[in-house]
Order: sequence, then C-alpha cells, then structure tokens
Amino acid sequence: MQQCRLAAYDLACRRGDRLLFKGVGFELHGGEALQIAGPNGIGKSSLMRILAGLLRPYNGRVEHQGLRALSDERPALDAHRPLGEALAFWGRIDGAAEQRADFGLEDLLDVPVRYLSTGQRKRAALARLAASGAQIWLLDEPLNGLDTHWGASTQAAIEAHRALGGIAVIASHQPLQLQMLRTLSLLDHMA
Amino acid sequence: MTRALWTIFRRDLALLLQGAPGRGGAALPLLFFLAVAMLYPFAVGPDTKLLARTGAGVIWVAALLAAILPLDRLVEPDLEAGFFDQWALRGISEELLLLLRILAHWLSFGVPLMLAAPLAAGLLNLDGAQLWTVEVGLLLGTPGLAAIGVTIAALTAGLRAGAALGGLLAIPLAVPLLIFGAGSLQPGGDGGLLLLAASSIAALAIAPFAAAGAIRAGRE
Repeated sequence: MQQCRLAAYDLACRRGDRLLFKGVGFELHGGEALQIAGPNGIGKSSLMRILAGLLRPYNGRVEHQGLRALSDERPALDAHRPLGEALAFWGRIDGAAEQRADFGLEDLLDVPVRYLSTGQRKRAALARLAASGAQIWLLDEPLNGLDTHWGASTQAAIEAHRALGGIAVIASHQPLQLQMLRTLSLLDHMA
Repeated sequence: MTRALWTIFRRDLALLLQGAPGRGGAALPLLFFLAVAMLYPFAVGPDTKLLARTGAGVIWVAALLAAILPLDRLVEPDLEAGFFDQWALRGISEELLLLLRILAHWLSFGVPLMLAAPLAAGLLNLDGAQLWTVEVGLLLGTPGLAAIGVTIAALTAGLRAGAALGGLLAIPLAVPLLIFGAGSLQPGGDGGLLLLAASSIAALAIAPFAAAGAIRAGRE
C-alpha cells in the first residue's frame, strides 16, 4: 500500500451559532488508528465530515496524503436494487478488487437493500468502504447495529487494513479492542 | 474517471426511466402530458378552428408541467442516501455529475414528450406544419427545461416541502421557454425558435454550476 498520512491542525467546528469544539489536532501515519470519543452531540460526526473534506472547518486545516473513504449512517446503496448490484455500482466506480469475504454478505447478494436489517446494511457499507481501495478509512460509529460477532469481525478488518499500512479514524462511543489505539476525547476540546 | 462517469450516467438514466419504488419513472410525465392534450378538447368543445389555433400553446403548457412532475426525485433521494458525499470523496466534480443528470433527465422526459407530440397534435387538431414546429421547438426547448429542473431540484433538496416549492420556483424560470416555444407557432414566429434555442443554451450553461453550488452549500 502507498504511503499515507492524515493530519489535522487546530480544527474548530461551528454549527449554527454554537462552537462545538476547538483546538483539535493530530497526525496519523500508515498503520496507525485513532478513536474519536465523546458523548452524543459533541461533534464526532462533524469532525469526521471535516476530515473527509465534506465540511469546511471553522478554523484550522486538514492535510491528507492517500485516498479517503467514509462510512457513516448513510450507506449510499440503492434501496430497491439487490445488494450485489448496489455494491457492484461502487466497484465499477472504484475499479478496485472486491473484498466482501470479511463481512459475510455472500448469502445476501440477491436480497434488495431495503430488506436488509440495520446490521446487514452497516456491513454492506463497510464492505463498500473496504473494497474502495482507499488508504484512509474514516468510520463514523462503525459498530452501531452490529452484534458481538460482526463487531469483532469489523475490528479484525480494521486491524488487517492497518497491517497493510492503512490509517483508520473511528468515531465511536463504544470501547474498541484495537492494538496501539490512540484516543482523542472531544470532551477535552469543548469550546 | 470516464468509466466512473459512464457508470453513474447509466444509473441516473435507469432510475429516471424505469423509476424505483417511491420514485416513479418516465411514464408519469408522459401520461400527464397526454392527459392534458386529451382533456383540453373536452373542456373547450369540439371547435376545430379554436383547437388548431390554441392547441400548440396547450402542448407547451403541458410540456412545462410534465417537466416539473419528476423534480423531487432528481436530486433529493441521492443526496439523502449519501451518494453525493461518496462521489465528492472520490473527487468527482459536482458540476459533471449534474450535467450528466440534466442529460439523463432530458432523455427520460424530453425525448418521450417529442415521441408523444404527434399523438397530442392529433387530439388537438394541429396540422403537419404546426406539428413540425412543435417538434423542433420541443427539441430546442426541453434541454432548457431539464437544466432548470435539475437546478431547482438541487436547490430545494433537503428542504421541507421541497417538492411543492420546487414547482413554484421552476415555473417563473421556465416562462421565457414557454413564451418563445408557443410564440414560434404564431404566423411569422420563426424568430421564436432562435430565441428558444438561446434561452435553452443559457439555462444549460448556468445550470451545472448553480446546481453544484447548491449541493455544496447544502453540506454546510
């Protein structure tokens, strides 16, 4: 995997007239993982969108080297299409190899996305992210809706991605079992 | 990049032509257009001269309203499902995406209207020359209607009652197309077609940028 890097300098985020957080900074290199922790509403998702380049920070800047991929609560899969086709759409765009094996979706490929359960949809979104070939994974609450078994498998997939030299940023209020995990608590950066 | 854009265009077109649950397809605007052409003679009576004189204008009104019907499914569902965010992450420009969507929208409503126009012309007692002018007018004018439709859809996506608001916003913007389109059918109205083409080109030139700006602003 190519060299990758994700750095944030003095980030602040404002939603409406409320300053959510300020002074958030970190630097990640290949193989590293960061958990962004904090209670609901503190700005974890906003920070993820800033890191993804979808939201402009109120202050500070983000530098990245390598492709970014984001998985949030919106799976971006066509609800009426069978899962296999919905994933193949992104496969054709990304032109990357398919790696569904990690998420146990083989038996669901014929099922229209709208019939999938919350956890199955989450796994599909993670499979789309894993297959995108991006080096920097931005995971917003990746364990939401997953049972213990698939929660562990997802963390194993993150570890495998790191072992290949990728970066993972995980916004989650749940404890994660990842090696050498750095933690950034947004509570420390409240405005 | 080209392969990605082609993949996205094929999906746009499939969704707009066939529709999906809750999205309708190309059939709805087409049936609406024909329904207006069919109802108008019932409403004004079987006076063939009156029909022939006013029929072309009715075709244009019906085309404009048919173009507004699919507004709420042009952009909103994909924005809601996170598609535009995922495309942005892959560095695909919103301007290109929306240009493709204008093309797909035009293919799914403009072309079917042109195919249905002879039937509507029969119902409204238009002669061959008038039908020809209507067809040329639709060919020049419907791309402009598609551009306006996608722009308004992007602007109102995510708003409450966006669908109703979209219709209200699109009508005044489409008035020049209606005036030039219907005007081209008046005696000596040949210049109308040129003005129609000019309005359409202006709308097409502005729309991808305006719509892309709306989508980006919606992320804030």
